[in-house]
Amino acid sequence: MMASSKLECTERWTFNFNTNMQALHTTSTSDLALSCQSVSKRYVRNSPFEKVNVSALEDISFEVNRGELFGIIGPDGAGKTTLFRILTTLLLADSGVVRVEGFDVVTDFRAIRNEVGYMPGRFSLYQDLTVEENLNVFAKVFNTSIEENYHLIEAIYKQLEPFKKRRAGKLSGGMKQKLALCCALIHKPRVLFLDEPTTGVDPVSRKEFWEMLKRLKAQQITILVSTPYMDEASLCDRIALLLQGRILKIDTPQNIVSQYPHELWSVSSDEMSKLLTDLRNIPAIRSGYSFGESHHITFKNKEWSMDALRAELEKLGHSSIVIKKIEASIEDCFMDLSPESKG
Amino acid sequence: MKQSLPTDIVLSAENLTKKFGSFTAVDSISFEVRKGEIFGFLGANGAGKTTAMRMLTGLSNASSGKGTVAGYDINTQSEQIKKTIGYMSQKFALYDDLKVWENIRLFAGIYGVPAKEIAPRTDRLLRQLDFEKERNTLVKSLPLGWKQKLAFSVAIFHEPSIVFLDEPTGGVDPAARRTFWEMIYQAADRGITVFVTTHYMDEAEYCNRVSIMVDGKIEALDTPGNLKKQFNAQSMDEVFHQLARKSTRKAD
Repeated sequence: MMASSKLECTERWTFNFNTNMQALHTTSTSDLALSCQSVSKRYVRNSPFEKVNVSALEDISFEVNRGELFGIIGPDGAGKTTLFRILTTLLLADSGVVRVEGFDVVTDFRAIRNEVGYMPGRFSLYQDLTVEENLNVFAKVFNTSIEENYHLIEAIYKQLEPFKKRRAGKLSGGMKQKLALCCALIHKPRVLFLDEPTTGVDPVSRKEFWEMLKRLKAQQITILVSTPYMDEASLCDRIALLLQGRILKIDTPQNIVSQYPHELWSVSSDEMSKLLTDLRNIPAIRSGYSFGESHHITFKNKEWSMDALRAELEKLGHSSIVIKKIEASIEDCFMDLSPESKG
Repeated sequence: MKQSLPTDIVLSAENLTKKFGSFTAVDSISFEVRKGEIFGFLGANGAGKTTAMRMLTGLSNASSGKGTVAGYDINTQSEQIKKTIGYMSQKFALYDDLKVWENIRLFAGIYGVPAKEIAPRTDRLLRQLDFEKERNTLVKSLPLGWKQKLAFSVAIFHEPSIVFLDEPTGGVDPAARRTFWEMIYQAADRGITVFVTTHYMDEAEYCNRVSIMVDGKIEALDTPGNLKKQFNAQSMDEVFHQLARKSTRKAD
């Protein structure tokens, strides 16, 4: 009895899936893995005093090509998770159209769920199940087995295998992250969504994780990954810079950096804290930001010569002054593109 | 009660060790931090940073070794340490459901700021932060960057000799991250010692000195400039990678 009803269920599922596949044939035209057009989402937040209407996403549009490693780069609160939940059919947008592998996120959500893997920023594992059990659950939900797609996860899972009888809740952060990635991959998704997989992870483990992503990309899996770490931007094929629910820019990291519109200098001296104040007090200087070992500055219009700046800083009591012309980093670009810097 | 120290050492650890059963989480670390210094405490996940910080902030007892923080002994005077220091973590710093002024009032009280000083100092702080309009705003509706600025200000409201910052800038946008570090500079300029952990290696460059923990031990300790020279590296990121690769304590 149980078995047959389960079978029926599966059959119905397959049937739906097939009709959708036909729909795909008539509509899918391109090499796009994902297209997102004019997506907006607002939340109403109830505070004790008033209802606050918060805009989480405003008019978001972008496309991701098949096999691309696409990064959504932005700080906390930029809307990364909201966007990922819309793209993975878990949340409805207020407006806009999203297609993943040709399927519409609203009408074909079942088909999309078969095609994508999603690794949320928080909780995606069953803490009380072992490593092996977690992986089995995810495989069975998608009617597959660990063996069938083992080649996809092999490189990552090998590092976990010594602990396969350990409960997920007892794993370290890095291990949990690897297991979550395996679970998101076990049904051989065509598009993989990774929401902040490296947040709070140390630089060495972050690097390892990105190396894993590169290997997955080599297997033709399209990957969308979000991160608050700007230094990870250069590891993506293309990136969207996201701030306060809006996309500031979409391009390859190289193009974004090369399109930085100002001449950028780095300045350091023996008194870094005072130097920043002094630099900002020079009227010709448009922006001054600290980058730790040096400050990065841009000028308003008429540029000073380095000698003139050096002379000015010496007059203010600085010594060991080093001034260099430098190439912008993604962080320089992000700050320059932020609305605050324009105001 | 307070031990008079002849020097300007605000924090010291001598062979500080913490064992959990047969596992040595912190393995005999020794170092000192001076007044007004910005000290970066770095290490990979699982290297023992948090355990070391818990011992130094009086939250956990050392298995062996000695240490002083703000002139108090970490083995015998942990209660005084908790009252004296400032502490801010990324995960928990302020009460979301209290207003801005209520958070300041609460933490000032906890840290023993005299009642009649709290109101005028709150006014001054809100003015400095340009937060006067937000006095009655619930903390949960502040943007993250603002929350972090406020959390830091609250952590040093009682003018502690040392403040511990546990990954204070995680997830903040680049501009807010920089404003935050400028506040740290200003606090250090006033003589407040700053003990900070971070996963952003560029932030290590803001520190006067940096220690890097690997498998429970401090493997390197110097100024960022000297560490880069010593490891023949262009950036602190490279220094960190060279050291952390030596780790045998695999993520578990």
